[in-house]
Amino acid sequence: MNIVVCVKYVPDATADRHFESDNTVDRDGVPGLLSELDEYAVEQALQVKEKAGEAGESVVTALCVGPAAAADAVRKALQMGADKGVHVVDDAIAGSDALATSKVLAEAIKKIGDADLVVCGMSSTDGGMSVVPAMLAERLDLPQVTMGSVVEFQGDQFRIKRDGDSATEVIGATAPLVLSVTDQSGEARYPSFKGIMAAKKKPFDTWSLSDLGVDASEVGLSSAWTAVEGTEARPPRTAGEIVKDEDGSGAKALVEFLASKKFI
Amino acid sequence: MSEVLVLVDHVDGAVRKPTYELLTIAKRLGEPSAVFIGGPDKAEAVAEAVKKYGAEKVYAVDDADIKGFLVAPKAEVLQQLVEKVSPAAVLLTASAEGKEIAGRLAVKIDSGLITDAVDVQAGPVTTQSVFAGNYTVQAKVTKGTPIIAVKPNAAAPEESAGAGAVEQFAATISDSAKKAQIVASQPREATGRPELTEAAIVVAGGRGTGGNFDEVENFADSLGAAVGASRAAVDSGWKPHAFQIGQTGKTVSPQLYVANGISGAIQHRAGMQTSKTIIAVNKDEEAPMFELVDFGVVGDLHTVLPTATEEINKRKG
Ligand SMILES: Cc1cc2nc3c(=O)[nH]c(=O)nc-3n(C[C@H](O)[C@H](O)[C@H](O)COP(=O)(O)OP(=O)(O)OC[C@H]3O[C@@H](n4cnc5c(N)ncnc54)[C@H](O)[C@@H]3O)c2cc1C
Ligand SMILES: Nc1ncnc2c1ncn2[C@@H]1O[C@H](COP(=O)(O)O)[C@@H](O)[C@H]1O
Repeated sequence: MNIVVCVKYVPDATADRHFESDNTVDRDGVPGLLSELDEYAVEQALQVKEKAGEAGESVVTALCVGPAAAADAVRKALQMGADKGVHVVDDAIAGSDALATSKVLAEAIKKIGDADLVVCGMSSTDGGMSVVPAMLAERLDLPQVTMGSVVEFQGDQFRIKRDGDSATEVIGATAPLVLSVTDQSGEARYPSFKGIMAAKKKPFDTWSLSDLGVDASEVGLSSAWTAVEGTEARPPRTAGEIVKDEDGSGAKALVEFLASKKFI
Repeated sequence: MSEVLVLVDHVDGAVRKPTYELLTIAKRLGEPSAVFIGGPDKAEAVAEAVKKYGAEKVYAVDDADIKGFLVAPKAEVLQQLVEKVSPAAVLLTASAEGKEIAGRLAVKIDSGLITDAVDVQAGPVTTQSVFAGNYTVQAKVTKGTPIIAVKPNAAAPEESAGAGAVEQFAATISDSAKKAQIVASQPREATGRPELTEAAIVVAGGRGTGGNFDEVENFADSLGAAVGASRAAVDSGWKPHAFQIGQTGKTVSPQLYVANGISGAIQHRAGMQTSKTIIAVNKDEEAPMFELVDFGVVGDLHTVLPTATEEINKRKG
């Protein structure tokens, strides 16, 4: 099976994330890493490869669209066990929104060729729109099975379980397809020492927009489909009242507070 | 005035509250038209419901052919309606499904998409809350027909009489939209409590509950609140994933949020930081959750909550 896993490079959520003066996310001033939620996608891609084992050799390609430093995200996926890396980097891509990003990803997936399975995370930890998998499915004209917490397959028949808003569902489709998985799908493996060494020798392609035949005018900040007009740091919350509970005093104070705010 | 398409969020014809919020927002942008994809026998009842919130038209799309095929057919329906009526905007709820329909539609009609709006004003100009609620962002769609997925509670539903004229719309659904299918579905058990994302008050429990949610639930019931949980509580199997609040769970923005035995990790904050009033009960006074609160009790939830519940129930008489 030919498996492509889409991994995003994001600013560290535990660092102080902020915006640039042009209202784009500052991706240089904040340490970045492979989006935690995409580690689950890499894990599931590797598990599918391992389970498909007998049916012939599978190849897992980790694909990332992002700035120069984003090569780290691809490298991490290779260390975890992906076979090949593809990094699409081009100054013209900076500031792209989900529509443009999905376009570049889709073209890269076509160039990688004959994907049976495109695996994504449930959401990126920075933008967090959870729309790129659906957009990829649309652009590649593939079925989408998204937000899987359990992934099963037999041959080219895939099934996932997902916890929807009003029901737990089993969703099925025939490969080729786009799959996205949640953080409930199973712990992601850590790169082993052997994995880290092996990653250095794995094929790694770096592509620009021209390699993909995408015109620079179709992507990037200036041609985005949406524009951020302003950003504002949330005012720090004013320090609240904190009481220590002693012999029931805490509960009493709590109820008084609720009553004063008319919640009871 | 141009029409504004609102995709009706419903369960078997029962309209969900976020739809009324969308209609209220749609009135700021143009003339609200509801799009109901569902059983033809439900269309009249849906029209009755949505016209109270200003829907002038109701496009009824029979779902007999597309039921169980997830989001792709719905995106095709909306695409065809957009082509027919050239709306000023398309509004959907920012649920997982709503966002995926929106994503596919955006590609189809080559239009900008904004998700997770917490406010929408004329323009349309949207407000979003990003980076775990640490920033708010104002944005605009600059190409095509604005497609906006709006979070529950982004507007208070305002009643306003609309004509609610039902118009049957026959969409043509391609075969390729019918490739992913729901093969089994287990409806969630009703809890009798308000819907988590719609509730005015949310009471949540974390690892500090030690697995016994009774105290949290009784306290929630005394306030008529919905019950939520941290990921630690969900991962421990104490509550199903549908209860999880945070980055990989639900985002809630109620009038009041009460965190019990929850430390306040950034991923949890991402799902509740925009709540209007925040209360925490935690025995560790250093818990980061206390940085967010309007009111906090340093104490054991196993004693604080039952006492508070009893007192509230007494006051209610
Ligand atoms: C990719 C990713 C996504 C995540 N997504 C989410 C998410 O969506 N939602 C989420 O919640 N977390 C999420 N997390 C996990 C998050 O980082 C924290 O681990 C989690 O929120 C901790 O839950 P907790 O506060 O219940 O547990 P803990 O951090 O263990 O805190 C328990 C708290 O209970 C207090 N306590 C203990 N006993 C008592 C008592 N008797 N009375 C009162 N207080 C008591 C303790 O002092 C402590 O502060 C995510 C993590 C990752 C890596
Ligand atoms: N720039 C990117 N490079 C690679 N994969 C991406 C990129 N952006 C989004 N994705 C994938 O799409 C998923 C959902 O992203 P999003 O729609 O931004 O929340 C992520 O978990 C990734 O798998």
